Formats: sequence, C-alpha cells, structure tokens
Amino acid sequence: MSKSDDIRALFFEECSDLMDALFEGLTLLDQGAAETDTVNAVFRAVHSIKGGAGAFKLDDLVHFAHRFETVLDALRAGRIDSEPPLVQTMLRAADHLAYLLEAAHSDETVDAARGQTLLDELNAYVSPEEGTASFDFQPMALDFAAFELAPAGEEKTVLLFRPHAKLYLNGHDPLLLIDALRDRASIDVDIVTDALPSLAGYDPDQPTLTFRIEVSAPDPRSVIDEVFEFVEGICDLDMETSAPPLAEPDPAPSPAAFSTEAPAQAESPPSAKPNKPAATTETAAASQTLRVELEKVDRLINTVGELIINHAMIAQRIDQLGLLTDTELDGAMADYRILSRELQEGVMSIRAQPVKALFQRMARITREAGDATGKSVRLVMRGENTEVDKTVIERLVDPLTHMIRNAVDHGLEKTEARRAACKPETGEILLSASHKSGSVIIELADDGAGLNRTRILETAIHKGLIPKTAELSDPEIDKLLFLPGFSTSAEVSKLSGRGVGMDVVKTAVQALGGRISIASTPGRGTTFTIVLPLTLAVMDGIVVSVAAETMIIPITAVVETLRPKPSEIHGLGSDQRLLSIRGEYVPIVDIRQKLDLRDGPPPPEQLVLILVEGVDQNRCALCVDAVHDQRQVVIKAVGGNYGPIPGVSAATIMGNGKIALILDTDHLSRVDRRLAVAAPQAKSEMSLSHE
Amino acid sequence: MNDTAAASRNSVLECVTFTVSGQIYCLDIMMIREIRRWVSVTSLPHAEAHVLGVVNLRGNVIPVYDLAVHFGLGRTEPGPRNVVIIADVQGQSFGLLVESVSEILAVNRNDVQDTPELGRGRHTSLIEGLISVGQDMAQLIDLRQIVRVSADALA
Repeated sequence: MSKSDDIRALFFEECSDLMDALFEGLTLLDQGAAETDTVNAVFRAVHSIKGGAGAFKLDDLVHFAHRFETVLDALRAGRIDSEPPLVQTMLRAADHLAYLLEAAHSDETVDAARGQTLLDELNAYVSPEEGTASFDFQPMALDFAAFELAPAGEEKTVLLFRPHAKLYLNGHDPLLLIDALRDRASIDVDIVTDALPSLAGYDPDQPTLTFRIEVSAPDPRSVIDEVFEFVEGICDLDMETSAPPLAEPDPAPSPAAFSTEAPAQAESPPSAKPNKPAATTETAAASQTLRVELEKVDRLINTVGELIINHAMIAQRIDQLGLLTDTELDGAMADYRILSRELQEGVMSIRAQPVKALFQRMARITREAGDATGKSVRLVMRGENTEVDKTVIERLVDPLTHMIRNAVDHGLEKTEARRAACKPETGEILLSASHKSGSVIIELADDGAGLNRTRILETAIHKGLIPKTAELSDPEIDKLLFLPGFSTSAEVSKLSGRGVGMDVVKTAVQALGGRISIASTPGRGTTFTIVLPLTLAVMDGIVVSVAAETMIIPITAVVETLRPKPSEIHGLGSDQRLLSIRGEYVPIVDIRQKLDLRDGPPPPEQLVLILVEGVDQNRCALCVDAVHDQRQVVIKAVGGNYGPIPGVSAATIMGNGKIALILDTDHLSRVDRRLAVAAPQAKSEMSLSHE
Repeated sequence: MNDTAAASRNSVLECVTFTVSGQIYCLDIMMIREIRRWVSVTSLPHAEAHVLGVVNLRGNVIPVYDLAVHFGLGRTEPGPRNVVIIADVQGQSFGLLVESVSEILAVNRNDVQDTPELGRGRHTSLIEGLISVGQDMAQLIDLRQIVRVSADALA
C-alpha cells in the first residue's frame, strides 16, 4: 500500500521535472526556435507523463495528454507548422496539463469544461479520425507491415523477461509490469531459476531471475510492447515466436507513412523510439544530480557557519597574543579564511536554485490572467538562470503571483486603449532576475499605462489613510500602494481585488529580509523592484556599539554613516531631534532609548549617526556610540529559545564568542512612521502659514 | 527492560542541588544538559527583570534567566564564581544563573514532600516539592512552570 504511494509520489515528482522540460521547450518554440530537438523534447515530456498517468489510471490526464501528444506528433512529423497560435494553444494546454496533474495529486475533481475548450482547439489542428478513437489505448490497430504480425485471434507468445539491475535501480517492479500484462491479456507466469548462482557466488545486487510468461491475447506482441515500453533497454525480452525480435526496431517508417494510418500507429512506433533517448538523458541526469534531504544541507550550512565564527575567534586570539610578524602563520590564516569562505559559498550554492521554474510558473499565471481579463499578454523572462536560495524562491511565489495579476489587470490597458496609444496590442510584462553586489534583484515591469496617481490619491484620502490636505510627491503617492487597507480597484474584478493588497506583498518580501520599491512613468508602465539578500544564512553588516553592547546593522538598509555638526541637528518638540541632511529633515532614533538599554558608558559627545532607509523608503538616522567595521556575519535565530524581540531581527556570534544582536532597521524606522506621516502635514501647515 | 528503567526512574530521583541567594534548590538531573561557568551575557532590549540576556552555547543563542529574581530573592550579582545551569525542557534550552552548585543527590521519590500551602505566592507554584538534606531543606524546582512563567512574561 505504502509502496504504491511511494511510487505515486515519485511519479508526481518526475512529472514536475517533465513539466519544467515541457514549459522550457514550449518557451523556446514561442521564441521561434522550431528545432527538431525542441519539438522532440516537448513530445517526450508529454509522452512520459501520459505513460505514467496510464499506470496510475488517471484517465482525465491520459485522455488530455494523448490529444496533446497527437498534435505534437503531427508537429514533429511536419504535418502542421509551429505557428504562433498553435504555440499559444500548446502553452495553454501545458497549463491545463499542470492543472490536471495538480488535481490528480491532491485527488481533486477536475473541471471538465476547462479542458474541453482546449481539446477542441487541439483537435482543430489534427484530422478528426486521429481524434476520438485514438485515445483508446487498446492496441487493436497495431497491424502495420513493418512488424509482420500474425492475424487476429487468440495467439500465444512465450516471453522471457530478464530484468537488469538497472530496472530495479530505476524503481520499476517486475510484479507491477506483470500485473499490467495480466490486465491486458491472459497470462501464465513461471520463474526460471536456471541462472541462479551458487550461494558462495551470490551477489545480492545482481538480479538472477528470469520470468517466463505465456501471453495469450489477440495480439500479444503489441500488448507486450505497450507494457514493457518504459523498461526497454534495461531488461532482456525474448519472445519465442517467429516474429522478429522486439529490440531491433525496423528503420522507422518515414513520417509521411503514418500520416494517413490509423491513430495508434502514429502513437506506438514513435513512442518506442523517442523513449530511448529519454532513458539515456534521464540516466545522464541521474549521475549529475543528487536528491538530498534539505535538513542535511541545512546542518552542513550551520556547521560551516560555525567554522567561519571559529576562524574569526582564532584570528582575534592571535591578534591579542601580539606575536611578532610571523609570515607563515599569517599566510596560513589567510588560507584558512579563503578556504572557509569558499567552503561556505559552495555549501550555500547547494541551496541555491535557478529562478527558472518560478518564472515559468509566472508565465502560466500571466496566461491565465490574460485569459481572464481578455487581454493579450506576453511574459518576457530575463536572467532565469540566476540562482537564489530555495526558501526565497518558495516564498516568492505568492507575492509574484499577486503582482503579475495586478500588472495584467490594472497595469496593462485594454487592447483598444493600447491601439489608441500606438502601442503593440500584446502587452508585455518583463520579469527579470539578476545579482548585484550581494543582493538578488527581481524586477517586474509592465508596459501599461503607469500608475493613475490622481486615483491613488483620491482612494487614499477616501479611505482615510492620509489627511485631505496632504501634499505628496509622486514617489510618495506611489508608496501609498503599499499601505495596509489600500486597494485601487474601484470595481472588484474577478482576478485581483480579492482583498489582498500590495501590503501583503511587501510584508512577504520584508519577511525574506528584502525590500520592494516602485517606479512608474505615465503612459510607459510601472516597474516593481524587489531586492533580496543572496542567502538567508549570512549577511553583511556594520558593527556598531551602543551602550555596553555590540550590535549589527544590516548593510542593505544603510545609506551612509556620518558625524553631524551641531548645526545640523534640530530639536523638534520636547524630545525629538531631526538631522538636516541635504535639505531633508530626517528623524534621529536613539537606539539606546528605543531598546531601553540603560547600562554601559554614557553616550559620547559627538553624535555618530547611521542613515538607514526602511523598505517603505522612510529614512531615519540611528544614533550609535561608535562604528567599528563592516563584516559578514552568520545569522542566528533568537526566537527559538526566547521569543521575538521588537527591534531585533536576529543575532550573530562575534569573534570573541559573544553574541551581538542584529537590529531590525525596518522596525526601528517603522515605529517612527507616525512621525514620517506627520512630516508632510507639517510641511503643508508651513505652506499655509506662509500665505 | 523499559519497565525496570521506568520503575527505577519512578522510585529514585537524582537531582543536582545548588544555592540561590542562600537558599538551597534542586533540579531533576534529567533536565540538565550541562553546567557552565558564568560568562558575560548580551543583554536584550525590553527584557523582563529575570532575563539576564543571551549567551552563545556552541553556536546556539540561549537565554539566561536569573533564578533569584524568579523566586523574588533580589538580583544575583553575576561574577566568575557563579555558574549557569543549562536546562532543556520541551525542546527549549535556557540557562539558569545560580550562586553555586553543591552536590548530586539521590532520593526516593516518596521522600519528596509536598510544598505546604502558604497562600498563593508565585514562589510556591514554581516548587514541585521539598527534600530534606541533613539539617537543610532543598526545594525541588518545577522547570515547566519556569518556562511557562517566562513565556507569559513575554506575551
């Protein structure tokens, strides 16, 4: 029971790989690269999914995959051309296939109407007689000349089936194959023990059994072909009949030959052939990749983190010893540092994955959103090989989905409007990923109408998010989108406007230690930029001391550090101070006060400020006692054994073994949002008093 | 075999005795992971009085509580003579600052007396029972209560 569940799980896992390959191939086709290899790869993917689905009796899936395959086969044979409408249909068919797979995986019922339209579309590309009959798997039509088969009627074939070790290694089970055979024909199974070695020479890894199977069916060969199709090449099949042996396929009939034949012909011979390359690529892939439990990797990452801390400790200790310059020791320590850094990067890269799969999923979301809104959209992907931490990828799915739906629904204009604006009718959404100075940057840009700032302002005032008198700059208006409780759509559309606003997106990005910003040009489109840390385990920070404590400020938030002149500090009210920097007033946040740190030496006369920018782009100047240096620190959670601490995001261990807290600059600046919102108000009051 | 182990665990209680502000306390040895010398802690912002801060235990960040504050005995002035008992309860690790550790005691579970009712003090709810050690009395600490109290203080 559990075993077949395992196999089922494996099937879905493989399917997800196959779907990746399918989308990759279709994307290539979409870009106009109609190469035979690509078409073949796509065909193989669909074919393998169909084969697997058949084994699990997933009829909906088999039915749909089969129609899809038929079209692909026609494309492969050159009977139809890969023109844009066909590729679009195939992309949607692939989406539907993914949907069916998901439904099958979670045992949900399938929305039949959804598939029917696509089936009709697919059928339009192939001749009707290839249509209805062909999804029936019964091999009754397999009687073409190449395989000199005996006429119909009950016929008996004796099959000697000798699995290779590889067959077992690949997870096949002879019993399942024999059961499958039993479903299709009446059989009689016997085991041949002649090849059994003596006990002394017995190698448990080498299979020794041969199954002798008498197959009685109207057309035994085709039944056998079908059942053993997926183990071809990893077992010996001998048939004691006069028919030619299975393993040497005749030179495949020219594609034109089966264009007019009955359906199953188009199906079976090609499937036997492409299946072989599929098997070889799979084995090649198996030797190159390794599935490892995530936990093991994480443990390794932890240990390497310890190693780096350990290096820092030793380096600090050597420093303290005040030895005379010992070049050998210096050299060895430098090597140690480089090696541990390399080791760490190597280990971290295990967790890193290309964003390709995520982007392809977004392409699917884009198409769905386009269909739902009746807009013609194209998702252009760039930098899809950029590698990002697995957790980051997983947790980006929801925010990106939401942003894409927004872009299609609100960002892009209706087709008529686009025509009127002299833009191409098909809207374009650009999704790109890149690495930039230790961060991952993900950009989502649409070429739509840009943000409607008047309406955003009206909505915000209407919902009481900002005072009526507020005078906001354009970037400030754009930022309103991220406020909780803000939703632009006047009419709730069925796509977005589900009560989920951009603030949820922002929170999700923040939770990953990243930030999101927005830029928009009227008539040209809107761009969202997400900046994320490269890893979740290590980060660069500025080491500061406050009161008696050493603390870390994440470098991603830091704009600059400065020692202000007394003339640049202005008092505000009874206890607030503002820093005047380049004509801008920025609130000064005293970390000592904010975190309620009373011990330690009194603060120095000369203020040391670190100007930080929160994700909401509100700036504030953090007041610290001293700035020491900038370094890479290993992030340690504090919450596990203690609980969340406001203003502190995590901790790290310094070279002397002591713990330093990593400050949550967003929290520190967020506390002061009240003040930041009050600022424009103050501005408007000032302008009033001037009048 | 399991049965005998369970039986012996039931009958004999091994505990570590230590002093906090002059009073003798003890803890079930099964809950103690290790005993360490006092090292200076990193204090936490907005922390309750009984939370001294966090220390590094082989790469893990572990909070350290002052048992004296827990029992309303004032604050312990931590110094190099003090020790931190690292305890492990329900997957949570934390350190307890005590004055000094005395000995390991093996007592019959039946010899653990109930804490007499002395009104509803916070102190008594943290004590599981009393054990007499010669002339003295050791108070057996209920660590689960300590964890619960600390968690409540946070929330």
